This record gives sequence, structure tokens and C-alpha cells, in this order.
Amino acid sequence: MKYILYLILFIPFFMVSQSEINGMVMDLDMQNKNIPLSGANVFWLNTSIGTITSDDGTFRLPYQSSYKKIVISYIGFKSDTLTIDSPKMIYHLLKASEELSEVNVSARKKSTTTSYLSSQNISTISSKELLKAACCNLSESFETNPSIDVNFTDAISGTKQIKMLGLTSPYILIATENIPSIRGASQAYGLSFIPGTWVESIQITKGAGSVVNGFESIAGQINAELVKPSTDSRVFFNAYGSLNGRTELNTHLNTNISEKWSTGLYLHANNRSKKFDRNNDSFLDMPLAKQINVMNRWQYSNLEKGLISFLSVRYLNDEKQSGQLSFDPDKNQRSSTVWGSEVATKRFEVSGKFGYVNPEIPYQSLGLQLAYSDHNQESYFGLNQYDIRHKSLYTNFVYNSIISDSRHKIKTGLTVTYDHYDEAVNSKFYGRKEQSVGGFFEYSFDNLEALNLTAGIRVDHHNLLGTFITPRLHARYTPWGKSALRFSVGRGKRAANIFAENQRLFATSRTINIENSSGELYGLEPEVAWNYGISFLQGFKFFDRKAELTLDFYRTDFQSQVVVDFETPYEVNIYNLDGSSYANSFQVEFSLNILKYLDLKTAYKFYDVKTQYKFGKLKKPLTSQHRIFANLSYEIRKTENDGLWKFDTTFNWFGKQRFSSTTLSPEAYQLPTYSPTTSTLNAQVTKVFSSSFQVYLGAENMTNSTQNNPIISSENPFGSNFDTTFVYGPIFGSTYYVGLRYRLN
Amino acid sequence: MKKIYLLLTMFCFSVLSFAQNKNAKASFEVDGVCMMCKSRIEKASLNTKGVKSAVWNVKSHELKLIFNEHKTDLSTIQKNILAVGHDTENLKATEEAYETVHPCCKYREEKVVKDHN
Repeated sequence: MKYILYLILFIPFFMVSQSEINGMVMDLDMQNKNIPLSGANVFWLNTSIGTITSDDGTFRLPYQSSYKKIVISYIGFKSDTLTIDSPKMIYHLLKASEELSEVNVSARKKSTTTSYLSSQNISTISSKELLKAACCNLSESFETNPSIDVNFTDAISGTKQIKMLGLTSPYILIATENIPSIRGASQAYGLSFIPGTWVESIQITKGAGSVVNGFESIAGQINAELVKPSTDSRVFFNAYGSLNGRTELNTHLNTNISEKWSTGLYLHANNRSKKFDRNNDSFLDMPLAKQINVMNRWQYSNLEKGLISFLSVRYLNDEKQSGQLSFDPDKNQRSSTVWGSEVATKRFEVSGKFGYVNPEIPYQSLGLQLAYSDHNQESYFGLNQYDIRHKSLYTNFVYNSIISDSRHKIKTGLTVTYDHYDEAVNSKFYGRKEQSVGGFFEYSFDNLEALNLTAGIRVDHHNLLGTFITPRLHARYTPWGKSALRFSVGRGKRAANIFAENQRLFATSRTINIENSSGELYGLEPEVAWNYGISFLQGFKFFDRKAELTLDFYRTDFQSQVVVDFETPYEVNIYNLDGSSYANSFQVEFSLNILKYLDLKTAYKFYDVKTQYKFGKLKKPLTSQHRIFANLSYEIRKTENDGLWKFDTTFNWFGKQRFSSTTLSPEAYQLPTYSPTTSTLNAQVTKVFSSSFQVYLGAENMTNSTQNNPIISSENPFGSNFDTTFVYGPIFGSTYYVGLRYRLN
Repeated sequence: MKKIYLLLTMFCFSVLSFAQNKNAKASFEVDGVCMMCKSRIEKASLNTKGVKSAVWNVKSHELKLIFNEHKTDLSTIQKNILAVGHDTENLKATEEAYETVHPCCKYREEKVVKDHN
């Protein structure tokens, strides 16, 4: 037993009636003498019967023989639970929590954890991990995570695209609070529309994932939990400024209106108004940008009745300008003298979540998710015009219960979605409505020890995709201690939004050819793929320090795919797959707690991603076959006060990446078959002054590695060879940033 | 034995107030030290036909049960827990049963208990 200073004196009990228990809670003063502690919470465990201690530290509580444990807690002190056998007088000394955290440091939690028990390969990125990099938005939140690759999509938009298992984000179901959100029109830029400070934690599921959130996921699922009014700091303020001209402000205000209602207002603004052209190609290295993002959340929780609900409203206005340095939108818009581009996005979103857990039967619960969004993007890229308006309605109803006992859990429910798209691509208009109704059933078995299993199936009826079945299976087996062997298989199906997902093709001079096959989606067939995965996790001691080794292998087999073919110069051909495409991904990850506050995480990844093009099966362009990742984080702690220093560095190395073929281009515009290798080094130092104030300083791309000529034919942007999509590495060299975070709890 | 009877009547009292409930709730203390104990205790409870949910808290040692009173009762559940070697609030598992638990779960030994803290 821990040496907790229990001071329980048993005094014979004569005067007070049997139905009451009395006591006194104490604290130590500077001379280590017992002094009464007023305002401490004292309550019977698992009841609502409690009180707070009076000025002299004493308390009185009603007593019943069925009450067994009394809990004493006070902010800044370690909570204690006392077992009460009979109604005696209690004297209890509370210990300050700082002293206890000193004892507890060896049990420090990792900031990214992979579950040993879940049947799915889920790793959770906590808010602590998110603070390791400035994480201005969701797309940058994965920089310290090896499972996700973050790449630039093109040399114009400054957009970072994420990849999982070698597949780009359209193949990942990206949800906020389990409501699919980065899809359709927001696919290309959506991740940059979720400010980093709004994110509470991220769950990454590799492989097919659950059927509950829909049929679209193929490579995996990413869910971002947003901050909640009842648990987020009352006031939070964050300011960020970077030498690359980007400034950001974030403000959160949360209040508890009543015991059950709380609300939060979250404001985000970012701005970049300074022009940079370090590589002298006459094009901006990064776009000028302005964003206003406002969210209001309401939370209702009534734990006695088992009710919890959220209502969120969000409005976003984002404007980006890029192109040549001398481009002036007012003068040169859509002219063929100076090349420029503007993307203006307005998005309105409202979502509601209603949950009910039967307080009598905690394994029975109901959940209803409702979301509506209206996404409007107006943009031009040189002479190409692209506008999209996407209205979307999503409703999902989930019922959780058990069959016979809690080892057999079931989830079942109904999903109804409606999507309306209107697109203008140059002079062509595309409009479509998608409606789907689907039912799902998921069964999980847990034998409470070595095995668990999740088998799910859903049947959807979709007006354009037809009626189809989506089966998914996950299993976990623990062959020996601290290990988990996982297996997963699942099918996914999706409608490719060929323009919204491939907006980079507009920033080229290529002509767009869609080879109709009389399908329902731009004349194309939907995409269908199977994903199979196996992974093994082993925790062990390495020279007496905690270590973890993860090996995983995933394969995605496309039965039907929309191939976007950049292999012929001057054109981009979009057609249905004829043959087979696949993506193999192998990852080995090793993490080690070197010293008490020094953690190392390393990973190696191997990708084999091949697509069947018209003219042969080729490696997917701009996907490196080898990747090495390393992250080192260190903390210097002072025990006297709250202050501490945090250091974090991330190293990424990417092997050579194939360029789409340029052999038919004029010699001056030809590129080698493969790009050079590239690496980046990022670092951040955070000084935590107190629990409410911290300052951070960081460096991105410290080694100043850049791609020399990211834009082909930059000197003649209206010529036929102009292309901005051959981007394999950073365009902007090293940059430094500072920021501060202030919170009031 | 007398004690057992006394206890049983006590349990019956707490149970009677729900009168043959399909989702009867009960909680009592079960001794144990670790996650292995947790799965052993919960498994033993759930293997009793009629038990729908069993959650044991490592720290507080409290076992929370939900069970169908038409199919089982607390004494049956307790018997099954004792049979896998875990003492309950008021009953001790037999030496033979206790011997079957994994050496790291020997909650009656002070040293083992200490190691888990």
C-alpha cells in the first residue's frame, strides 16, 4: 500500500444518533501541523449524498449501513476513499496533489496511445500530443504521427494533403465527433478549416473501420473530437505568428449557464498578407490567406437521467490568393497577362447530437446525430474556373445494447443522407443529387481476456451507387502478455468527386478529358475497394524502460477505381479502372521511454502503390516507397512550481517519388523519372510558466531543404507546358514561429 | 454457515425491494489486485446464466452487477466468484480455489498487494 497518511481515529460513538457520521478534514500547514481544511467535498461513493466541510474542517453526513465508502476531495489535493464499517468519527488528512505527482511520475501517460484491447487498430492522439507542434489546423496535427503522411498537393494552393496506407484523404473517412465532415466539396481544403485549438483529441483507425459511420471509408477513419463547453477551459487564448507571414488568433469562451447547460464560443482568425518568393520563380511560395471561423456549441448534460446532447453552429469564410507575385485580382483576374488564382469558400454548418444512456441499464443507449452543411466555393486558377456548391444532410441513429450479457454487444441503426452538388467547371455545369438510406448492424464479442471481435454489416440503398452491402470484420487476439494481434477486412464504396478532390489539375494547362463509361457520376462508375490488414503490437521492457513495437501490413485492392491519369503531357485523363490497382503498406514503429521524461518514437514505412493506367501498371506518382520518421520529446520539470520546459523534434525522410511521365514534353520541361529524396526537421520548445500560461517557439524545416523548381514552365504560365502538380517536397525553406497560450480554468 | 444464512437473508432483503426484476442491480466488494483479476471476476460473474453486466473496479474493489432475477440470484453469482478464487465482502474462497489464481494475483499476500500499488 502506498504510504498515504491516513489519520483515522476511532472514537467510541455515544452521543450522535446512528443515522449520521461526523468527521474532520485536515491539511498540513508550513510547520507540518494539522490545520482544518474548509470547503472540501465529502460524499458517499456512488450516491448523490455529500457535503462540504465547514470553516473548522468538520462535516456531517447521513449514514446508512449500505454506504461503504466515503470520498474526500479538494482541488489541489489527492482525493481519498475511505472504507467505513460503522458510523464512527473520522479524522482525515488530505495530501496536496503535487507531492503525489512526484511519486506517480513513472506512470506518466503517453501522449499517443494504441489500444491493446480494441479489435480495431486505433491510436489516439491526445491534446498533449497536439501541442507538440503548433498545429494551426487539423491537417498539421498529424506531423508528429507516423501513420499519416502529410504532403503538399501542389505548388499553388499551399494545401497539405494527408495520406494513410498510401492512399489520399478521399479514401479516408474523416469525421468530426463521428459525423463525416471532410467530404464532398470540402475534401481538398477541409482539413485546414478545422482550427487546431478546437481539437480535443484525434482517433486514427487503420483499415476498414466500423460500419456505424457509413460505407465510404476504405483506407481508414480519422475522427477529431472537438473541445466541449463543459470541459474546455473557461477562457482560452492563443496567438501565433510565423516568419512566413502567417498570424493566427484563437479565442475560446465557455460558460456553465446552469447545472445542465453550458455553452462555448470559439473564434479563429488567420491571416497571411506578406508575399514571399524565395525561389525567384515569380510565383508566391505560399498563398495569401484570410480566414474567419466561428463556432458556437451548446451542451446539455443530465447524468441522472442519462441525457447528453450537443448543438453546434459554425460559420467559415476563407479566402486565398496565389499565383504570380505581381498578380492583382482587381486588374488581372482571368486575364492572360499575369497568372493568378483565388479561392473563396463560405461554409455554414449546424449539427446536433443527442444521446441517452439508460441510467438503470448502462449498456443500453440511443444516439442520434444530425448534421447539415452548406459549402460554397468560388474559384479560378489562371483561366480555369471552378465553382462548387455542396449542400449535405446527414442523419444517423444508433442503438447500443447487449445480447444475453455484456460480452456480446450490438450496435444497430439507420443512416439517411442527402447531398446536392452544383459544379461549374469552366463552361460546363454538373449537378447531381445523392440520396441514401442504410441500415447497419454491428456485433462485438469480448471474452474479457485474449480475444475480441467486431463484425459489422450495412446495407445501403443509394440513388447513384445502387443497393449494396458493406461488410467489415475486426478481430484482436492476445497471444501473450502486453501484446495484441489484430486482423481486419472490409469493403468500402464511394462516389469520387473528381473535380473537388483533384483541384490541383486546374492549376495546370492540361485539358481535362473524362472518358465516359455511361456511369452515373460524371459518366464514371463508383469506386469499390477491399482492405485487408494485419498488425501486431508488443509492449516490453528495454533495459528496464518501457518500449513498444508495432508491425502492420495493409493491402487495399481496388475493384473499381476512378483513375486520374497525369501520364500524358497536356492532358489529364479521368477514366474507370480496367484491371486492378492496389496499395500495400508496411509499417514498423518503435517507441521507447529512454529516460523518465525523454521519449523516442521511430518508424519506417514501405509503400507499394500501383495503379493500372491505360498504358501500363505504374507506381502511384508522388508517393515515396520508403519513409523514415523519428520524434524525440523531452521535458524538464521543476517540482517546486508548475513551470516546465518541453522540447520536441520531428525528423522525416522521404525516399524518391515517381513523377508522372514527362517523356513526351519538350526536353526543357522534362523531369527525371524519380524525384530526389527529401527530408525535413521540425522542432519546438515550449515554456510552461503555469497551468494557465505557456509560450512556444518553433522551427519548421530547419535544414532548409526545398524543391528547386516546383512549377514547370513558371516563366510562361499560359503556355501549354505549365504545371504546378509536380511537388514532392517543401517549397518554402526554413521558417520560425512563436506563440502563446493562455487559459483560465 | 450461520453467517452465510444471515448474509443471504440480508441480500434477499436488498433484492426483495426490486421484486423479481429483469434488470436487478447489485454491488458488493470482491477482493483482487489487477486487470487479470478483473477479467477473472467479471468472467465468473458473466458465466452465471442471467448476469447481463458485471463491472469490477480495480481500485475500489466494487463489483457492479446487473442480472435477471428470474434466472439467477446473488448467491449463485457469489458462489461462482468464490469458485474462481476471489473472496467477496463477506465470504472467503476455499484454499483450493484460491490456489488456482495466477501467482501475480495472490491478493491475500501483502507483498503482492504492495507490488500492485
